[in-house]
Amino acid sequence: MSGGVDSAVAAARARDAGHDVTGVHLALSRNPQTYRTGARGCCTLEDSRDARRAADVIGIPFYVWDMAEQFHEDVVDDFVAEYAAGRTPNPCLRCNEKIKFAAVLDRAVALGFDAVVTGHHARLGADGLLRRSVDLPKDQSYVLAVLTRAQLGRAVFPLGDSTKAQVREEAAARGLAVADKPDSHDICFIADGDTRGFLADRLGESPGDIVDGRTGAVLGRHGGAYAYTVGQRKGLDLRVPAPDGRPRYVLSITPTTNTVTVGPREDLAVDTVTAERPIWHGETTPVECEVQLRAHGEVARAVVTTDGDGLTARLRTPARGVAAGQAIVAYRPDPGGDIVLGSATITAGRMASPVAAHGA
Amino acid sequence: MAYLDHAATTPMLPEALDAYVAAARQIGNPSSLHAAGRGARRLVEESRERIAAVLGARPSEVIFTSGGTESDNLATKGIHWARRGADRRRNRVVASAVEHHAVMDAVEWLGSHERADLEWLPVDEAGRVSPESLSAAIEAYGDKISVISVQWANNEVGTLQPVHELAVLAAGAGIPFHTDAVQAVGQVPVDFAASGAAALTVSGHKLGGPVGVGALLLGRDVVATPLLHGGGQERDVRSGTLDTAGVVAFAVAVESAVKTQQEYAARVAGLRDDLVRRVRAAVPDAIFNGDPVDRLPGNAHFSFPGSEGDALLLLLDAQGIACSTGSACSAGVAQPSHVLLAMGADDGRARSSLRFTLGHTSTAEDVDELLAALPGAVERARRATAWKSPRQS
Ligand SMILES: Cc1ncc(COP(=O)(O)O)c(C=O)c1O
Repeated sequence: MSGGVDSAVAAARARDAGHDVTGVHLALSRNPQTYRTGARGCCTLEDSRDARRAADVIGIPFYVWDMAEQFHEDVVDDFVAEYAAGRTPNPCLRCNEKIKFAAVLDRAVALGFDAVVTGHHARLGADGLLRRSVDLPKDQSYVLAVLTRAQLGRAVFPLGDSTKAQVREEAAARGLAVADKPDSHDICFIADGDTRGFLADRLGESPGDIVDGRTGAVLGRHGGAYAYTVGQRKGLDLRVPAPDGRPRYVLSITPTTNTVTVGPREDLAVDTVTAERPIWHGETTPVECEVQLRAHGEVARAVVTTDGDGLTARLRTPARGVAAGQAIVAYRPDPGGDIVLGSATITAGRMASPVAAHGA
Repeated sequence: MAYLDHAATTPMLPEALDAYVAAARQIGNPSSLHAAGRGARRLVEESRERIAAVLGARPSEVIFTSGGTESDNLATKGIHWARRGADRRRNRVVASAVEHHAVMDAVEWLGSHERADLEWLPVDEAGRVSPESLSAAIEAYGDKISVISVQWANNEVGTLQPVHELAVLAAGAGIPFHTDAVQAVGQVPVDFAASGAAALTVSGHKLGGPVGVGALLLGRDVVATPLLHGGGQERDVRSGTLDTAGVVAFAVAVESAVKTQQEYAARVAGLRDDLVRRVRAAVPDAIFNGDPVDRLPGNAHFSFPGSEGDALLLLLDAQGIACSTGSACSAGVAQPSHVLLAMGADDGRARSSLRFTLGHTSTAEDVDELLAALPGAVERARRATAWKSPRQS
């Protein structure tokens, strides 16, 4: 129970369904004041108080579990290391994979609980399939697709059939004070939302070149490649304007040479995405499906092929801003909620067939 | 339900509750000059006398406060400020390494905020301060010490301190000695005058009285600078309208607890010894913490190696057994206990500890209930520590 409205309603629904429910708030920072301050987010004293009050109102026992060390190692350090390696991590996904449905789940099961209930917006029915929430803008299946069968087998998501608005209404009807608490958006362990500053504090200054992807010409300098994300346009601060006067975008980051490569928008397009460490739920491949390449990103039609340690997606229409480190999640469109087929971590995107790409 | 957390708070004694309700029905501010005020004042002064009589103090030495925390703060900060104000060289505060946070954090604050020098007296494996370490501190810094604070009994592991010996050493050097006796009053004999202490903390809710009222017994000649300024109601060292009903109930509880202390201690120690014996039989590798002999009669404190105290607490709570990990929390997170760490325990042993404390409502059935649930809980909690090790996928 983060102290937000979703987990509060999820807990209440699980209890109403007849389960013996215990509320757990995760303390993720050794010093709770150092993480986010204010009403949003997941790790403050205020949030733990809100969670406790919600548990009181629902009528369930409540405890705080100290997961600070695990969280630091598996999520925060990983976040920094991924940026240092030129990739763009998704810490919420990592937290689900390593904390909520690993450390927390393992401990809970050992203590005699059967499952972990969360307030994620996703559907997980009796068929064991993970599907998108009915509330598409709030859907969180993308950050849950990394869960294995075994993890999903012990996960319960009571909110998937409701919109966020319905969840808030229900919270108000249940007398939960968090009913109109604002949503959290940013990364919970970056108090001021300044990701660049957070990374700079940990990775230090590391100046390097910004080069033109087509000519190789040095266009400017950067203070640390970790401050850039593929697809980024703002904040490049290039002294040399593009010859055609059009905006330039970050195309790639190369940690070995500490260079940030930029180019025109069309050079961002990729039609082939390769990924590693797939979690695949059994559908035989190649399979025609839809893929999502970042949180809240658009979906593209694709043919996905898995081969043991890897996964390749050939996109029907090129996508832009495909960043290594993000997840590729494959879905089968379904009227009962698009079904997650699997997920993997993107290693690269490239343009294999420029002609076909324009045709599709 | 088995309530085994009397060190956290005790149920109110029926006679204290009755006295509270009766006094709360009566109007009057003890500082008012009219009949109603005089009536309230009379109740307060009678209460003061009752407390003084059973704790070996003079009535004028009883300063009513909002409880243990305030009394500890008043004693440590107040005496330090007054003594340092009189002589700037007296800027060193001495306290034991196993104090309750109400003393420890007040002293830490004097260090970090008031630039006092701090000296923490070490404890042995049983959690006991040695008089030699205090002698050494006095020898080294005697005229620079503003105040010395060592608790009468430890709230976590129950160890009793050699308060009299320590107080005599302090008095010999002319340094005020404060003792936090919150856990001791009603459990073991406590006599302020005989102890030789200059100041002594008592709290209502640990001995069958209400929460939010307590006292600092402050020797007549001991000067303390107030924490709270205002009407100067209590000897000009503490301000705030007196809580007549709370004070009355507090006095009833203190009197009752002290007068019945001997038979209480014998009965509760019997239950406790039975609990300890059975826990050791059920969980042979459990470590019994604290001084095996010189300890509070109602305290049993164990480490259960390989498990986490907070997991054990959750499992026992689910079976209706209330106990404590005995450690402080901010966002509700259990920190390894500074008391156990000071006793030389490693982090794992400190985190695996649980405190069971018996009190006036405890029965043999409570112990039976605990023993019915504990072995299974320990086994489960041990399995649950596996989550700490890297997950095999
Ligand atoms: C040894 C000791 N000192 C001080 C206190 C604080 O007393 P109170 O709760 O009355 O503020 C406690 C209670 O937790 C205690 O055990």
